Amino acid sequence: MEQILSFISTHREMIYFIILAVFVGVEVIGHVPSVLHTPLMSGANAIHGVVVVGAIIVMLDTDVTNYISLTLGTIAVILGTLNVVGGFVVTDRMLDMFKKK
Amino acid sequence: MTQYLLEIAYLIASITFIIGLKMMSNPKKARQGNLIAAAGMTIAIIGTIFLYTKEGLTSRDNIKMILIFGGIAAGTIIGWLTAKKVQMTKMPELVSMFNGMGGACAALIGLMEFHHSVGQTSTMVTVLAGMIIGSVSFSGSIIAYLKLNGAMAKPIRLPKYNIINTVVMFALFAFAAYVVMSGSDSSTLLYLLFASALFYGILFVIPIGGADMPVVISLLNSFTGLAAAFGGFLYDNKVMLTGGILVGSAGTLLTIVMCKAMNRSLFSVIFGSFGSSAAAADGADVAGSIKDISTTDVAVLMNYSKRVVIVPGYGLAVAQAQHIIHELELLLEERGVEVKYAIHPVAGRMPGHMNVLLAESNVDYGKMVEMEEINSEFEQTDVVLVVGANDVVNPAAKTDPSSPIYGMPILDVEKAKHIIVNKRSMSAGYAGIENLLFYNPKTSMFFGDAKKALTDLVAELKTM
Repeated sequence: MEQILSFISTHREMIYFIILAVFVGVEVIGHVPSVLHTPLMSGANAIHGVVVVGAIIVMLDTDVTNYISLTLGTIAVILGTLNVVGGFVVTDRMLDMFKKK
Repeated sequence: MTQYLLEIAYLIASITFIIGLKMMSNPKKARQGNLIAAAGMTIAIIGTIFLYTKEGLTSRDNIKMILIFGGIAAGTIIGWLTAKKVQMTKMPELVSMFNGMGGACAALIGLMEFHHSVGQTSTMVTVLAGMIIGSVSFSGSIIAYLKLNGAMAKPIRLPKYNIINTVVMFALFAFAAYVVMSGSDSSTLLYLLFASALFYGILFVIPIGGADMPVVISLLNSFTGLAAAFGGFLYDNKVMLTGGILVGSAGTLLTIVMCKAMNRSLFSVIFGSFGSSAAAADGADVAGSIKDISTTDVAVLMNYSKRVVIVPGYGLAVAQAQHIIHELELLLEERGVEVKYAIHPVAGRMPGHMNVLLAESNVDYGKMVEMEEINSEFEQTDVVLVVGANDVVNPAAKTDPSSPIYGMPILDVEKAKHIIVNKRSMSAGYAGIENLLFYNPKTSMFFGDAKKALTDLVAELKTM
């Protein structure tokens, strides 16, 4: 019990941050017309590609002789980048169509 | 100094994500919003590569930099080409695939951080949570991809699959809790846990029917967001946290909105009843007979109408008929016929998917009318042309409580004077159920491949 309480107390700011971000997420897309749902899903999909930042951090922090970590890290960077680039490009393609008259 | 610069880069990126998502809710600014978020992402990635430092750990050896930049280049090229080349009808599959990649990335991070976190309970929980959620999202997305792709069209249900899935889920939690508590640094345990999570992802998606796949993808999308957020928690990295949580909460909301459009609860999608009541649907009384109509008759009927409403479905997109339907629309407009498109919220394979497909063939945004609005107009409509849609116009959703789609809001095409249904054959729709609309005395069946039938129709109209 005490462990949980001290965990909450040490990560207090983080917890506030998370709760506020949850509400921002809901608020921001709350009024999206249904025609934009697919582009929005795709755009959100690209944004969670931010996980690639984590992959880069692992790579930077890993020991240069740890080949397993370097290999896994490189794969993670490739996959994360795929998620980011593919996600944004495909969303752009979808939204581009809405602009044409 | 560099640490502060990085924090600022992350702050900027976080703001662009929020603004970008916000702008995406406005059709006029959506594209710009997407680009803004992409710019923020670039700042976050470049900032991390050059500015991130953790005392005593971080090093920027040449080999690492080559691998990082090589990885980014490879990911960019593959991602760019796939996204540019894919057909718009394949969009949901692609989103699912990219989502799976993000999940796999989160899972790999978890695998690598495991050994650094042994003995620290809260860090270990974070690492394993990110790893498990990422893995579930990855294997689940791949199954969703295969299902949408048609490679795995039928839902596969083990006997008592609900119970099995729930048991496996709790077993997975228990296993993870054991790994945390034991303080073990065994790689075998770690990879076993990884494999179990992948296995659960498969079990989670495999019994769900194809019609519910968009909801599942949206849910898995928010899972990956959550996995990214755990990564942010782990590294105390604000941009991963903001991005991950934004997507996690926005994705959850989107999932709920989609469920509402289909009048299903998330619970019934996951623990579903779709397909299992197929027997009841087969037993439904099919009264009346089917009436064929020739191309010429359709052309005459449309030519002398005042108002025509087109109901496009996924079949239209599969037949690649969205361009020819636009041509038909222009031709009819030339002759003074008012043409509109009735868009059901779940037409296509995702909400808004049909709009994207029609926009691709230059259909005016203003002509696509949403369900609530168009439903009141059917009474004044002379001809409704249903192309490749089935479940969204099935009256069983209103009249037959035993039907699996009972309660789903539908387009009230029955109120129009004439209903013409273009279909390849009499086969049932995506949900696999009979459609009584086809037996309605006002309905005429215009059989044939959508593209061919509409091309013939346009040619016929031109001679009039």
